[in-house]
Amino acid sequence: MQRTTLFFLGGAALIFVIVQAMISFGLLNDFYVNILLLASVYAIVGLGLNLIYGFNGQFSLGQWGFYAIGAYAAGDITYWWTLDKSAHALMIALLAVLFCGAAILLLRKLLSRVRGVDALSAFTLYLVVVIFLVFIAIQLGQALSPAVSGLLSLLPDGLSLQIVFFLAVLIAGLMAAEISFLFGLPVLTLGSDYFGIATLGLTIIVKVLLDNSDTLLPFPEMKGARGMVGIPEVTNWFWAFAFLLVIVIVVRNLLHSSYGRAIISVREDEIAAKAMGIDIAHYKNLSFVLGSLFAGLAGGLYAHINGFLHPNTFNFIKSFDPMIIIVMGGLGSITGTLGASFAWAFILEGLLRVILPQGTETWRFVVYPLILLLIMLLRPKGLMGEIELPFLRQVLPPLKPKAQPEETQAEVKP
Amino acid sequence: MSDAIPPRPAPPADAPPLLTAQNLTKEFGGLRAVHNFEKTIHTGELVGLIGPNGAGKTTIFNMITGVYVPTSGSVIFNNQDITGIAPHEINQLGIARTFQNIRLFPNLTVLDNVRIAYHPHAGYSMSDAILHNAHFNQKEKELTERAQEFLGVFNLQDRQGEIAKNLPYGEQRRLEIARALAAYPKLLLLDEPAAGMNPAESMALMDLIHFIRERFNLTILLIEHQMRVVMGICEWITVVDFGEVIARGTPQEIQSNPRVIEAYLGPGAAALSQKYRRKKPHAD
Repeated sequence: MQRTTLFFLGGAALIFVIVQAMISFGLLNDFYVNILLLASVYAIVGLGLNLIYGFNGQFSLGQWGFYAIGAYAAGDITYWWTLDKSAHALMIALLAVLFCGAAILLLRKLLSRVRGVDALSAFTLYLVVVIFLVFIAIQLGQALSPAVSGLLSLLPDGLSLQIVFFLAVLIAGLMAAEISFLFGLPVLTLGSDYFGIATLGLTIIVKVLLDNSDTLLPFPEMKGARGMVGIPEVTNWFWAFAFLLVIVIVVRNLLHSSYGRAIISVREDEIAAKAMGIDIAHYKNLSFVLGSLFAGLAGGLYAHINGFLHPNTFNFIKSFDPMIIIVMGGLGSITGTLGASFAWAFILEGLLRVILPQGTETWRFVVYPLILLLIMLLRPKGLMGEIELPFLRQVLPPLKPKAQPEETQAEVKP
Repeated sequence: MSDAIPPRPAPPADAPPLLTAQNLTKEFGGLRAVHNFEKTIHTGELVGLIGPNGAGKTTIFNMITGVYVPTSGSVIFNNQDITGIAPHEINQLGIARTFQNIRLFPNLTVLDNVRIAYHPHAGYSMSDAILHNAHFNQKEKELTERAQEFLGVFNLQDRQGEIAKNLPYGEQRRLEIARALAAYPKLLLLDEPAAGMNPAESMALMDLIHFIRERFNLTILLIEHQMRVVMGICEWITVVDFGEVIARGTPQEIQSNPRVIEAYLGPGAAALSQKYRRKKPHAD
């Protein structure tokens, strides 16, 4: 293992242990723990958005919508489990996500062999298949749920809740990813600015649906605009940190590979990328789906921080938050996103609210755009610029010694 | 220049044409950019495509490389109909191109510019990449070494860490050609490679084109405005004007073709030029 990897993992472990110890010994009160968890969640959304906007060059305002989808999906699953130890929501969502995921992968393989299928007809095909599979998943999930509920109830209470929570977060991520895949099929063919507007539309649609989730959608437990209560508060420093660490490593490994270079080449020059044999539609879709997967996971974690979800949290104005974070941290900088999201949560949402008098938070939407404007003018590459942690930095491979000495040796030998 | 990459064996002499364009027509709304373009290119040829501005040369390139779908007609490459196939698939079949205004990946290093061209042949899956496992490490190392060797062929190996947009113009051109050749195409399309170059630079470019042609056993189709370059290196020249082929032949034939002179200099110019030509021997 390389030295930078060891340093990074060691440093991460150290941070985790120190913060965990501070929480255990009561040095950090609930308010600050809450902010830490929020910061991790923001960082995960930010990394996803940076993958889409910073590395792939697609301006997306839809991440907040996928975050909302993830939050409500995960919240609903654990809600039913804590209410009456019923795993029916878990089973239905799990089966739906798995079936649809498998079907999407299979259909993609099949469709790649057929030439000349336009995005809209492909979208219709996917949609029909997905709706059909969701219907099957509902039937099957309800049939299976008593058995699974019984099995899970055999485990100790705390453990079963942790398992359900973990699955719920994963399901939330996958659900967001699959919805983003379907949404991205027709929309990603649009140019960058139009794509941004379309994704903003998605965020608004999700918000309106959540406002009416008890009447329009068959989820009375979400209580529409009154806000959803009764979600267990399971997210702790361990879960938030573990998810964040895994996602940082996944993003870093992906970007430091040929796939990452393909993703970045789309941002650099689409036409040149095409001429270099890169399927740009595929890589736009890939980074959009991955970014939305992270947003969904972050939503799942967020739902279990306060145990309360309200559609106003997912208002489209808030969808600019992750955008501001990644611009502050630097587009295309992993370290910057991490730093900016923690700074954002601690200084703007945390410290200033404690220090400044009541009522100043109304000024946020005056202050944030000003900050953004100043950063754009003074430091267009973000506060951190191009600084990356050594582990996250792309290392230039050393040049092999030139071929000439080898040749002379080869000549001498015979 | 280093000999790390062995040259491809030469194809048999009686091989079928590498590229055939049949009745290629492209209309943008009411504008007919290219009309019934016909061209056959055999393996190993170096063919020039010239014509006044707006004659439709780049449109022809874009139809061959899949950027535009032709309104009618077909492109056959290596006995395979490639009309209407996506650009990235056409590239993977073996047609590479450069652009009129250089299109590098400006914020990436020289090395990464070349490594991106190897992406379709990376040889590891995305899960390998995410896990950074042993298979990934080995394949990525091979890929990087190939790219570095390749940069060596173009004398760019010492520039590998440089950001592409910071290179001087001539080196950017060289890098673009290197990137296009990285995946070993059979046919290379060069869109005005000498644009914006001074005489010394275009001489160096002509040497480079000769070199890559020998080295990679390439077939080259070239758009160029600098007559010194076109007449100096091309064996065959096709002239287009207003989307139609007006002449084809060897450089000598093209130079004295009245229709070509008219297309470039306007009606009546051919007669003047004849007069001028007749005068010359008298002067001697």
